[in-house]
Amino acid sequence: MADATVEQQTGGPAQRRPFGVLRGLARMRELSILLVLIAVAIYFSVTTSAFNSIENYHTIVQFFAPWAIIGVGEVMLLICGEIDLSAGFVFTLSPFTLMVFYNNGVPLILSIILSIVISAFIGVVNGFIRTRFNLPSFIVTLGMSFLIEGISLIVSNGSPVSAPNTGAVVAIFGKARWSELIWVLAVVVLMQVVLSATRFGVYTQATGSNPVGAAESGIRANRVKIVNFAVCSTLAGIGGIVDGLRVGSFDPTNGGANTMFLAVASAVIGGTALLGGSGTVVGALIGAALLGTVFDGFNLTGVSANAFDVVLGIAILVAMLLNVYLSILRRRASR
Amino acid sequence: MTDEVIRAEHVSKRFGAVRALEDINLSVRKGEILGLIGDNGAGKSTLIKILTGFHQPDSGRLLFEGEPVDLKSVVHARSLGIETVFQDLALINDLPVYLNLHLNKELVGKPLPFLRRREMRKRAREALDAIGINIPSVTTEVGQLSGGQRQAIAVARSVYAGDAKLLLLDEPLAAMGAKEGGLILRLLAQLKQRGDLAIILIAHNYSQVVDVCDRVNLLQHGEITFDKPSKETSVAELLELVHAEYKIDVP
Repeated sequence: MADATVEQQTGGPAQRRPFGVLRGLARMRELSILLVLIAVAIYFSVTTSAFNSIENYHTIVQFFAPWAIIGVGEVMLLICGEIDLSAGFVFTLSPFTLMVFYNNGVPLILSIILSIVISAFIGVVNGFIRTRFNLPSFIVTLGMSFLIEGISLIVSNGSPVSAPNTGAVVAIFGKARWSELIWVLAVVVLMQVVLSATRFGVYTQATGSNPVGAAESGIRANRVKIVNFAVCSTLAGIGGIVDGLRVGSFDPTNGGANTMFLAVASAVIGGTALLGGSGTVVGALIGAALLGTVFDGFNLTGVSANAFDVVLGIAILVAMLLNVYLSILRRRASR
Repeated sequence: MTDEVIRAEHVSKRFGAVRALEDINLSVRKGEILGLIGDNGAGKSTLIKILTGFHQPDSGRLLFEGEPVDLKSVVHARSLGIETVFQDLALINDLPVYLNLHLNKELVGKPLPFLRRREMRKRAREALDAIGINIPSVTTEVGQLSGGQRQAIAVARSVYAGDAKLLLLDEPLAAMGAKEGGLILRLLAQLKQRGDLAIILIAHNYSQVVDVCDRVNLLQHGEITFDKPSKETSVAELLELVHAEYKIDVP
């Protein structure tokens, strides 16, 4: 009887409908943004002779590495329905907490680890306040942003310090050529695997899509959120250290709101829903690479940095519209 | 009485000044569907939440398969085989059908704990076929299904684990058309046939209750005021009972 019902009502495979191809494309949110990235890269390499060189690609990577690393953390948070505005400020702070340990005789590698642990702890605090007192993460992390910015300024006295610049640890954490790219790729691969191949990834999606439902299924939604706050903050801390060691100095005006917004923009342009439930880590990488490429291309062609913001704004709006439109398409396709 | 899956004895529950449940006695056997009816606010959902470990009773006790049990959490209740389909379905719209069926029970590999998606898809397909639920593809996101399909998935999920002993359905037929409601009722009848499952069904549609349930309990103001086999009652009697108290109030 069961078989009869199935056959009688299924009425043929849904895949053969005309929307099938579109649906497949829509599934791959990353693909559309990757095509845009390739188009932009081709445009700049045709119009600007300086664009197409290894040296310039290296510059692009340096631009977007922080956005991608923090963006990955923001993807996890956005998927579970939260956002971390303080990540850019953790990015600023972590090199200075590193220096506090380092200047007091702690070995560099241990200083780095301790600084990353403190970054993670800031995320735990964000998550704890968010879940324990049910305050919107927007407010919690906004407050945390100012708090951390203030601490960065106090610890640094408002002026840059030169970073440790010799040894294998320095090389691994940013000084070696392309090491920032390796960090970006490692973070992206690791977190994409966590998101799409582990139970925690499913819980993160479930928590963002239907918090009550997730909790009723026995998923500890608050814990999932706190862990993701910690992940985002940890990545921001790592990003700050890698970027600072690469440059050779730690600057309290580096990072901040600008870096955070670009990271969130990377995540959103890459196809992550601002309202939770879905998103991809790889998308954030491609989104960051796109922003970095545009930024670099504008620099090379002499377009002012102000125009970059215009493009960024348009890119975010188009990405959001595309997100909405594609989800409508998908819904239609599956009917 | 070894057939008895759950029994509530003298269960009471208050929320502040509100008396939600008062001296509730109730029991369900294997292969039996108990219909729980009552007006909004009568305490049906509170009772369900106590039976699923979501709330703890202030007094009274629960016996599960004859043994006194203190349900500490939903997870605890689930580990005993008490499964619930909540009113808001607890489905995850952004996840495909097969992941919803495995929610919080995902299959992972060893030694690396990666999701075994292919295996979950296969099992989901088999499970849905076995209980006669038709969904074109188990990879469809649940948010794209109809209300009846979603409800069916929710019911399927609660019995899917295979070790469910008590199934609680909180208004599974609410806001559902006759055709889709029929789908769920057929599903329930099929589950009853298995004989190893006790079911408590909360519903507002008395004709459906009388049709599909073996016994009916009426909850009024936190107390069970009526307990009869469905065969010995009728839609008219149930309607009369539920509405009687309000008739008096109308001038």
